[in-house]
Amino acid sequence: MKLIKNAIGRMVPDELNGKKQVPFQGVGKYKPKGVKAAIPIRSVADYPADGDKRLPSIKEALIKSGLKDGMTISTHHHFRNGDIIANQVFDIAAELGMKDLVWVPSASFPCHAHLIQYLESGVIHHIEGSMNGPLGQFTSEGKMTGTGILRSHGGRYQAIQDGDVHIDIAIIAAPTADPFGNANGVTGSSACGLLGFALADSQYADKVIVVTDNMVPFPCVPWQIQGNNVDYTVEVEQVGIPEKIVSGTTQITRSPDRLLLAELSASFCDQAGLIKDGFSFQAGAGGTALSIGNFFGDIMRERGIKARFARGGSNKYLVQMLEEGLIEYILDGQTFDLEGVRSMRENPNHTDTSPFTSYNYHGKGNFNTMVDVVILGATEVDLDFNANVVTHSDGILLHGIGGWQNCLLSKTVILPIPLFRDRIPVIRDEVTTICGPGELIDVIVTERGIAINPLRKDLIDATKNSDLPIKSIQELKLEAERICGAPAKIEFDDEIVAAIKWVDGTIIDVVRKIKE
Amino acid sequence: MNQLRASSGNKSDHVKSDCYVEIELKSSGGIQIELKSKVGTLYGDSIRTLIKSVLQFFNMEHAHVVIEDRGALEFVIAARLEAVIQLIKPNKKEFLFDQIADNKYHTERDQIRFSRLYLPGNSPKLFINSGIYQSHAIILDLEDSVAPDKKHEARFMVRNALRSVNFYGSERMVRINQIPNGLEDLNFIVPHHVNLILIPKVENAQQIIDVDNRIKEIRKEKGMDYPIWYMPIIESALGVINAFPIAKASANVVALAIGLEDYTADIGAKRSQEALESFYARSALVNAAKAAGIQAIDSVFSDVDDLEALKQTIWVSKGLGFEGMGCIHPRQIPVIHENYAPDPVELTKAKRIVLAFDEAQEKGLGVVSLGSKMIDPPVVKRALKLIETAISLNKLGKNWKESEMDN
Repeated sequence: MKLIKNAIGRMVPDELNGKKQVPFQGVGKYKPKGVKAAIPIRSVADYPADGDKRLPSIKEALIKSGLKDGMTISTHHHFRNGDIIANQVFDIAAELGMKDLVWVPSASFPCHAHLIQYLESGVIHHIEGSMNGPLGQFTSEGKMTGTGILRSHGGRYQAIQDGDVHIDIAIIAAPTADPFGNANGVTGSSACGLLGFALADSQYADKVIVVTDNMVPFPCVPWQIQGNNVDYTVEVEQVGIPEKIVSGTTQITRSPDRLLLAELSASFCDQAGLIKDGFSFQAGAGGTALSIGNFFGDIMRERGIKARFARGGSNKYLVQMLEEGLIEYILDGQTFDLEGVRSMRENPNHTDTSPFTSYNYHGKGNFNTMVDVVILGATEVDLDFNANVVTHSDGILLHGIGGWQNCLLSKTVILPIPLFRDRIPVIRDEVTTICGPGELIDVIVTERGIAINPLRKDLIDATKNSDLPIKSIQELKLEAERICGAPAKIEFDDEIVAAIKWVDGTIIDVVRKIKE
Repeated sequence: MNQLRASSGNKSDHVKSDCYVEIELKSSGGIQIELKSKVGTLYGDSIRTLIKSVLQFFNMEHAHVVIEDRGALEFVIAARLEAVIQLIKPNKKEFLFDQIADNKYHTERDQIRFSRLYLPGNSPKLFINSGIYQSHAIILDLEDSVAPDKKHEARFMVRNALRSVNFYGSERMVRINQIPNGLEDLNFIVPHHVNLILIPKVENAQQIIDVDNRIKEIRKEKGMDYPIWYMPIIESALGVINAFPIAKASANVVALAIGLEDYTADIGAKRSQEALESFYARSALVNAAKAAGIQAIDSVFSDVDDLEALKQTIWVSKGLGFEGMGCIHPRQIPVIHENYAPDPVELTKAKRIVLAFDEAQEKGLGVVSLGSKMIDPPVVKRALKLIETAISLNKLGKNWKESEMDN
């Protein structure tokens, strides 16, 4: 393995876990040739004519799928911290004496800290997906056997579709399914809205297992996952922990600091002329983002204008806006509360999407590039507007990328972030890990001022005569350091513990082991 | 006798932007620092350097220092250290950071004081962003929001905050403790560019005179010349009776405030939403303040969730003649500003009166009239003041007369 300097100036390896890698070459520069991955041809003759693909247990399904050492196993995060299936799958793998498996979750949550024992014992070789919380800490300490790979939601679809990752067995936990394998997320006691994160796996994995606790007779409609892609189905007593899957009540933040950030962000969008009839926006589930959506609603109501669509993460506030007619469509990537699930079930204008339709960079376009305004977070931003979402300033890996990188390709990207968190300044000379190139990040909104990327002359002009506190990013950095003091530079070990993929499959940066 | 070991600060998982410090004086072994910090990777070395320089400043050569830091800024860490050192090795020295240039502004006797945000004096995490909400004033409180055993350390915290925290133009107020204890607080605030001192539970003019005298001494000692205003808080039946002499006790008294929680307890009434029980006291206070030519400021409204009730309360308050109130949560600030400000109907009327006044002046008429109505001089005066207020709140352009002509 050798290190190469990529187009954004970071040293990245040309090989990871024994596979060749391509360094980041710039936004839109890398265009691989070749054809997409494909699964072997199947014959209806080999599947039960009555459509009943049921097996008595996950264990049996894994054995029948040919589980063996070194295989790549995937699970999904539509149950968020209420997922119990991923842990069960690896309990079984351990019991069967498996070694060197690769886990490809669409995201990991604190509930998956259970898997640390298998990373330690060698059942799991490494993770490709996200390493959150305890798994991130474990990875940062250099304890994982292989090297972790972090991908965005769109990057995951791209990697599976392009054959960068070949999934041997996909286990799809479904709130409702039929014995044939059709499945959806809108009904059942573990209803989570949609199953879009599992779409790529259902299309490209060698073996696909659907697990549910709500088995209904054929047909299970809507069939968000199509049984024609499924090998086995399993009925279990419980597929997820409902109260940890979706919140009964999402709440707008009450923190005055966050509300101020939200108000400033919305006011920026308003004064920059971004909120207009027929526009589209995406605002996530975090406290600040939720309030920004709400402020957008106030502005639209006041002006009598409508948004053509909103990109979800949906929640009750977005649903209210849909039902009030302020938004014509919700294109939903995941539902964050029960109101979101209900609306998706009942309202044809609240439609489910997948990383294929919304994010995949190796497709014939995706709708994310059409979104007018997206609101995202970041742990750090540098003076060139490059941003980090995966590591904290102390160097520890704590979050996944999610759809963050994919959303950067929207028309205007706004990051509302506090100027410092518990003394730690957010704007740095250099971010710990580059997850997104600064050329795609347009505006940083802090409670002490707003910095606009010099590349966005249009936004600078539009807000020139406003009463907004526009400052340069250098000024904001100095202000934070005046208050907090200048932070020391952290030192890392040389060992690379994880790599960050850009949306096109190239390596944009790496995470190194933290020093003792 | 001095202790050999003492502590200050706050510790628990909920604590943010603060730290807990314990120092034990030793007879040998030099300075030993046991640092646990949430931001240790980035600030560990700088925290150690700060601890050493503070200890060196107070000539402590041998000590064991334990610090649990949860992202405290330097002024907080230094205040915590000094509070402990003053307990185990009392001395006259003060470890002071430079006064930041942003905090050297002074305020006017009659500036707008619609909102003033209370900040518990021993909770530094609330200080840091308090200025960004643009309340007309912030109050660093040494009195009721600080537990008795934390009064000592809070003084160092408030002193350091006055020197180091940028309050972005809010008038910097401190509420001292009740007189006579509060006199001791003055040493910690008067030399550090405080703008206004709130004096609680005032019952007679002598208490104001005592404060005034003490401040004069400190001013002389330190050679200071910037203005420091007083706002006595009336919180008892006796205080209400003496409101006028209190208001006149010093030329630096710029406002009288009322504290209804203590007042209602004092008269043996229950505080109600309609506030009938305090109607007399509030009116009497407004009357005394106006007789003395100063502002009348209302009590705080404590239900931070009910912004609608806050609005109703302000309308009544404004109707009685009050010109501002205290707040305990930033979300109350915009409601307070909006509702104490001149409303559009008032403003339109005031503009017509002022224009009529101008016209009368121009024509050399002694009497101002609007249509068939004669306008009395006090009404003109009030209209002029209202216009001035509206301009300073950006509710009216400076050149409103020109645009009025264009219309």
